[in-house]
Amino acid sequence: MSGTILKSGPVADAPIMTVDGLVKTFPLGRSLADVLGGRPVRAVQALSGVSLTVRKGETLGVVGESGCGKSTLARCLVRLHEPDAGAVRFEGADVLGLQGYARRAYNRSVQMVFQDPYGSLNPRLSVGDALAEALTVHRIVEGGAVRERVGELLDLVHLPRDAADRYPHEFSGGQRQRVGIARALAVEPSVIIADEPVSALDVSVQAQVVNLFLELQERLGLTLIFITHDLRLVRHISHRIAVMYLGKVVETGDTEAVFTAPRHPYTRALIAAVPQVDPHQRSAREAVRGELPSPIAPPPGCPFHPRCPIAEPQCRTVVPALVPRGGPWPVACHLAGPADAPEFIA
Amino acid sequence: MTALALTFRRAPASLIAGAAVLLVVLVCAVAPGLIAPYDPLAFDYGALLQPPSAAHPFGTDQFGRDILSRTIAAATIDLQIAIFATVGPLVIGTIIGLLVGYYGGIADAIFGRLVDLVVTFPFLVLVIAIVAVLGPGLSNMYIAIGVVGWVFYARLMRGEVQVLRGQDYVSAAKVLGYGEARILLRHILPNAARPILVYWMTDMALAILLGSSLGYLGLGAQPPAAEWGVLIADGKNFFSQAWWITVFPGFAIVFCGIGFSLFGDGLADLMDVRR
Repeated sequence: MSGTILKSGPVADAPIMTVDGLVKTFPLGRSLADVLGGRPVRAVQALSGVSLTVRKGETLGVVGESGCGKSTLARCLVRLHEPDAGAVRFEGADVLGLQGYARRAYNRSVQMVFQDPYGSLNPRLSVGDALAEALTVHRIVEGGAVRERVGELLDLVHLPRDAADRYPHEFSGGQRQRVGIARALAVEPSVIIADEPVSALDVSVQAQVVNLFLELQERLGLTLIFITHDLRLVRHISHRIAVMYLGKVVETGDTEAVFTAPRHPYTRALIAAVPQVDPHQRSAREAVRGELPSPIAPPPGCPFHPRCPIAEPQCRTVVPALVPRGGPWPVACHLAGPADAPEFIA
Repeated sequence: MTALALTFRRAPASLIAGAAVLLVVLVCAVAPGLIAPYDPLAFDYGALLQPPSAAHPFGTDQFGRDILSRTIAAATIDLQIAIFATVGPLVIGTIIGLLVGYYGGIADAIFGRLVDLVVTFPFLVLVIAIVAVLGPGLSNMYIAIGVVGWVFYARLMRGEVQVLRGQDYVSAAKVLGYGEARILLRHILPNAARPILVYWMTDMALAILLGSSLGYLGLGAQPPAAEWGVLIADGKNFFSQAWWITVFPGFAIVFCGIGFSLFGDGLADLMDVRR
């Protein structure tokens, strides 16, 4: 493995993508008794009003527990799911209404890298064929230039050029993930959404793939939306983070600032839960109480209140908005003041 | 050439064995005159109900017709049945299964009820009923089998497609902006084809059995044409004195069925990309 690659310096403020109040519910099956009894359709509330801004050239880390809606958000952004409400804007234009040619043009600009490297490649297509398909469908290069471009894409992700003639099952998980990245890059996107791209890989391979993302971002000026549950990884890779809890963003700001002085009790709990190598730094404090509530029946008021160590009566009834509350970045907590004592910092 | 050589070297033993058996049947079907020692329809009143001997290895029937020659000649009709009775259902069932499995919705719900309706009837009874309406004969038999048989292919295909449409590589194809025809034909169909091709091989063997059953009942191939089921039916009145009339065509059905099964197994192994 090459030396540690660090994320590039601060980036311009211009937003490339904005997400506003995105809502996505998945209806559950109804029995005949439910229909006859006139019971309402029950639904999983995967996203309940997600708002985000992604700046050009930055890495936005989206973190949260399993089931908080991270993957649903990623799939809504590339339009694999159609959101029920809200808006997604890319370079100022609404993307949710796009159809046909315009939709394909959008998808060329915003690509996705999937979590499972074993499921994300068609087992019957050789690596070269899979890359060539992406190139020819969008007429990026044609004829004899296709093979040369496939070779360049393999160089870009540090795979040998003879990988083109081999099939996915001949590669390891890390190599497959590189193929998935090369396929996304084939259509020359400006944004890559990576949905837990390394969580299925061995730790040693994780570092290589993460560094590949950072290197590609620097070389190609990519904007990255990096979805993960690994806080140490997100601190290493992202310029800004958005912390999600039960289908909502509860805190978003510059990574270092948020890690140094988290303002939402959930963010504090997540950071406190990161395992420490140094035994003197270990804390016996319980990070978060209880389990993530069911997204079928989310709690009223602040979704975090049943597990919150500092909840007050208003938290049980009033939903907190994601606003700055006198501080430097937005946070969805009634009790977040302008200057928080960083008491939970690990 | 090299691709063919590679395929042959990778070919599993069952595929080669199955192909060898089917080749024998195919040669019998295409050129029965070259192999059969006698005319399958020629009467010989000097040699009625002869047991197997050097002159007639499979014996003769009540008209002195050579059973070996009739069994070889029957391959023509039976292989025809195996192919004609299954290709229609294969093609129609694959297309419908692909579409309802991928798009779901109301068409899928209707299809599900149709499957329930068809599987609750015994297959043979349904086919006999349709042949009885259309009239006996081979072409009506193909129609009858086709009307019912596509449902089984479609059900198999639908199940495969429903699993595959949730795979990440299908999602990736959508995100890459590929058209639906490309996704269905290049990303889903090749990955769903294996079980349906294996089932097709088994179904060809079953079609021969079904054709033989209908031939036995007088609803399929009509005498004096040689067909394995018809031959077995011919022999039933003489079974206590002349078992060979019935037994050797029966062996031919088993032989051909084993050929299709072996070939299907080998095909499944060959199509496993991990080999």
